Amino acid sequence: MLSRLSLGFLLFSVLAVLHSSRCSAQENPYIVAYDHYMEEPGSLEVEYFSTFGTQRGGNDFHAFWLEFEYGATAWWTTEFYLDAQTTFHDSTLFTGFRWENRFRPLKHEHFINPVIYIEYENTSGADKILKEIEGHDVEADNGDPNSIARHEHDHELEFKLLLSSTHKGWNFVENTIATKNLSNDPWEFGYALGASRPLKLKATPKRCNFCGENFIVGVEMYGGLGDRHSFGLKDTSHYLAPVAAWNLPSDWTLRISPGFGLNDNSHRFLLRWGLSREFSGFGDLVGHLFGARP
Amino acid sequence: MRILNKAWLTCASTILLFVGISYGQQGTPDSAKPLAKNVKEKVPGESELDKAPLKVRAKPNPLVNDPDAAAAGRKLFGMHCAECHGESAEGTHRAPNLRDSEVQDAPPGAIFWVLTNGIVWHGMPVWSKLPEPQRWQLVTYIKSLGSESRSSTSH
Repeated sequence: MLSRLSLGFLLFSVLAVLHSSRCSAQENPYIVAYDHYMEEPGSLEVEYFSTFGTQRGGNDFHAFWLEFEYGATAWWTTEFYLDAQTTFHDSTLFTGFRWENRFRPLKHEHFINPVIYIEYENTSGADKILKEIEGHDVEADNGDPNSIARHEHDHELEFKLLLSSTHKGWNFVENTIATKNLSNDPWEFGYALGASRPLKLKATPKRCNFCGENFIVGVEMYGGLGDRHSFGLKDTSHYLAPVAAWNLPSDWTLRISPGFGLNDNSHRFLLRWGLSREFSGFGDLVGHLFGARP
Repeated sequence: MRILNKAWLTCASTILLFVGISYGQQGTPDSAKPLAKNVKEKVPGESELDKAPLKVRAKPNPLVNDPDAAAAGRKLFGMHCAECHGESAEGTHRAPNLRDSEVQDAPPGAIFWVLTNGIVWHGMPVWSKLPEPQRWQLVTYIKSLGSESRSSTSH
């Protein structure tokens, strides 16, 4: 499996080298929350993310995932994830995949912009990427050894309503989450909030790596809201995480986010970071390979 | 093992979906100018400028006297717009020529409005993720293309 993953990664690295893209990303710094911006049509963004987490009553872990985000149209973005994790003093394993789709229902920009999010995930109980916190997800859930946790299978449908506003350089996001485990578990709920702003609003005339406009900083907060039978904050976990993104003119984006658990049910500390690159014109490239004509 | 099979099946279907979409919608930008001409009748993108509300159309460009605005706009154009509109904004099979009189004669506020809102159903993404001053820098650059074209025609 790892060799297949490596092969896939190698293929995209080769594409990265061969295909000189001219489009530069202006990516938000959020790792958990979503804004309302879609991937540009025909662009593919390949992203790698890591979450290092402390674990009371178990071993600390390093969970990581690959994302392939494609702008199918200006109103539809589709994304495929491959998740894995290493639990220290235990083992490393592939923990599943996710397929997410985001749809923008409105034609124009408004004060609040909604996006509909639908995701199917097929993961094992050992999945620790903590990309979203929902229901009664707590730190103790991740304390089991991999040999036990990997036998639990989660087939989930996840729905989110993503609301996002942009005003005077600031972006504010409010995401509500509803998840249904297809094995007859109750609906679970969660939330993610975020705010961010570039360090500088005006662009400088010259191409530069360290200009203020390339850095976007902010904060996100996320957590669970219980389930259909016990909605609320009881037995839920919550996190507060400063976030920062560095958008390089070479199309690479670096993100970092130290997260702090806000109650006893939360991991005390989560350090997340990510690296992504956008390949603009990927759709054209693939179309060309298959002989498409204008 | 079943999970792995499903994973690769889904991955393969997604790639096929991408290929289908790409094949159906896009092609090779071999000769951008003639294509832009052909596309002009088909893509209703340009008329979108007329849809800008009056209040927004009347908005003056706050960076019109900023000596760096056009240069910064040129840089932003190269980063975010050239892929579809062409390096010199001459248009490609994917997006129209921005040197056209319809764009050049439009008020700056209308261009700003189209940049902000995109033309989502026809493929142009929303660019409100760029802060307002950067969108005005882009407008300044786009408007400067008109004077460039005029001066090159008069020579």
